[in-house]
Amino acid sequence: MARRIKGLSDRAIAWIFVAPTIFLLLAINIFPLIWTINLSFTNFRANRLNREVDYVGLRNYERILTDTDIWLNMQATAHFLFWTIFFQVLIGFTLAYLINKKFKGNDLWTTIIVLPMMLSPAVVGNFWKFLYQPQIGLFNYIVAFFTGKDPSSFEMLGSVDLAPWSIVIVDTWMWTPFVMLICLAGLRSIPDYIYEAAEIDRASKLRQFFTITIPMVLPFLMLAVLFRGIENFKMFDLVVQLTGGGPGSTTELTSINLKREAFEKWRTGYASAYAIILFVTVFGLASIYVKALNKVKER
Amino acid sequence: MKYSKLTAVSALSMTIAGLGASAQADDLTLCWAAWDPANALVELSKEFEAESGHSMSFEFIPWPNFADRMLNELNSGGKLCDLLIGDSQWIGGGAENGHYVKLNDFFDAEGISMGDFADATVYAYSTWPKGTPNYYALPAMGDANGWFYRKDWFAREDIREAFKAETGRELGEPKTQKEMLEIAQFFQGREIDGQTVYGAAIFTERGSEGITMGVTSALYPWGFKYENTPGSYDMEGAVNSAEAVEALEFYKEFYKTATPPGYTNSYMGESLDAFKSGQVAMAMNWFAFFPGLYADPNTGGDKIDFFVNPPQNQAGSTLGGQGISVVAYSDKQDAALEYIKWFANPEVQQKWWDLGGYSAHKAVLESPEFVDSAPFAGDFLEAMGAVQDFWQEPAYAELLLAMQKRIHDYVVADQGTAQEALDKLIEDWTETFEDEGKL
Repeated sequence: MARRIKGLSDRAIAWIFVAPTIFLLLAINIFPLIWTINLSFTNFRANRLNREVDYVGLRNYERILTDTDIWLNMQATAHFLFWTIFFQVLIGFTLAYLINKKFKGNDLWTTIIVLPMMLSPAVVGNFWKFLYQPQIGLFNYIVAFFTGKDPSSFEMLGSVDLAPWSIVIVDTWMWTPFVMLICLAGLRSIPDYIYEAAEIDRASKLRQFFTITIPMVLPFLMLAVLFRGIENFKMFDLVVQLTGGGPGSTTELTSINLKREAFEKWRTGYASAYAIILFVTVFGLASIYVKALNKVKER
Repeated sequence: MKYSKLTAVSALSMTIAGLGASAQADDLTLCWAAWDPANALVELSKEFEAESGHSMSFEFIPWPNFADRMLNELNSGGKLCDLLIGDSQWIGGGAENGHYVKLNDFFDAEGISMGDFADATVYAYSTWPKGTPNYYALPAMGDANGWFYRKDWFAREDIREAFKAETGRELGEPKTQKEMLEIAQFFQGREIDGQTVYGAAIFTERGSEGITMGVTSALYPWGFKYENTPGSYDMEGAVNSAEAVEALEFYKEFYKTATPPGYTNSYMGESLDAFKSGQVAMAMNWFAFFPGLYADPNTGGDKIDFFVNPPQNQAGSTLGGQGISVVAYSDKQDAALEYIKWFANPEVQQKWWDLGGYSAHKAVLESPEFVDSAPFAGDFLEAMGAVQDFWQEPAYAELLLAMQKRIHDYVVADQGTAQEALDKLIEDWTETFEDEGKL
């Protein structure tokens, strides 16, 4: 008893140091999450504070999971995620591999390549909107130059078939440099002596690439895929600027749809259930992926 | 209801107190959309500042963000705006959620009669529940969706001859929706002075309200109705009637065969740009823009003329425009009500029209000089005689977004048939009204 009065124990001091962080974590992350889960079982609307709030059980979840339009949004999101990651990894790794070779102007090219990711997504969206313009857009003219088609005969943003690809192209243009930088870090972390040993063993360049380069860069690549996956799952600004979710609902990703439900239609309870479903999906997928990443690192 | 009465009584007592001792000068903030008439209102309000001693600040929000920004402001009980010129569809939410001050007692005390304003504007901009004598706004800016065209192209002999050879009739202002489509198709892809031009600029915007405002300009002339019986929310057979299906198919045909390439997400700004850059022979837009279009040095003056949205089975124009309301969360309601009183004055209303605003006051509209006061004045009067508005329910945003989706899916994204689009729209709206406890 006397010891406690004289001074604080080590454990108490540790708690005092950790308490602000725990408090912030609870206030900023845990409380909103619990509150959102609570709201997801209600018909609450944030713009109708004077209306009675009723608990509706699992009705919001049932509505969302049986809504064909929402499944179409999910499909659009999956298409966007898969193809942006595929192209960004492919092109990003190729660029990193080339940049990793020592040549004159190496630094200048690196700077030029990373420029797109320094721009604001809103600016990039507007900028590409003009490039895709059927009558005056540079993109259409370049395609027309190589294919002989009339530039105004196709609409990248207005066509149901082309619009999903138009957003993939812009996101790939903007974020491939990010993947490239991560891959470059991976490539530069491979010690030269491994390649020298392989040379002595007379391993071909192709063999060196598949048995040294790829396995050693793989954890970096997987990390890049994780970052881009999480980022693109919540993609909003770029696509809103480019297509507004159209034509129709062709490029209406889940984040755009969720924003409309929450802050335009003000169906707060419904949107909360929607957010929880998305959270569980991302959290589940990310957990599986991180486990796989750790296994790769351990090898 | 209790809240509304309390607000009204408070407003009235503050008005009386305020008018009795108007020595205190306030800085009033008026919120509206950023467009041509807003500039005219700034000019007009200088007189109010001189007369009242109050100073005026303005918060003008670009149209695409106007609803989001202002409805968030109202929903959060914000004090940014003392006066709000809010869209007609907000009146239900403004009244039921207690955002707007009820003005009946104030009007009675100040001798302001709603009978002095055009009936259609009072009904659309001021009353809630619709058509009842419960006023939450003073009609501020009459507006409807109309059309303008290249008068100089329509007058050219070579074009007139080509049109007659193609259609067998004279080229002129269309008398029906179908005639308008025929004219637009005639101009589509035609070479004029070495430039390829297109038929017409119509509204196709997906994000806010664009395509709904555009398509209703076809639906109303075909006889579209939201309900079989007003106030009953029985939409089956009204929203998806044979006439509505035909009108929707017509709008899609218009979009597919008579608009410029890439015109997939276009609203007011794009329509103005397409016309001013000489791309299109005709364009739809709100009457509010017509003074600016007429004054344009390149495509205005002798080169432009205007016409009311053509009828088909009946006359019908999509209503635009707004009423001016006092925000219930404002600390300066007495000064805000002074502004309303000043604005309701017929002389001020005449100046409002002269500066480019669209007065809804009968003293202005029924004046013998009005029809000749601008090349579009007569069309404006005609349009206001047959306007229809979208739902004005408190859940209007949800109803609007459902329509935006269903119509854009069908017209622009080629998904399903017109019948399916309207059937799905009824399902969406039914779900909303069920959530609202109205069905």
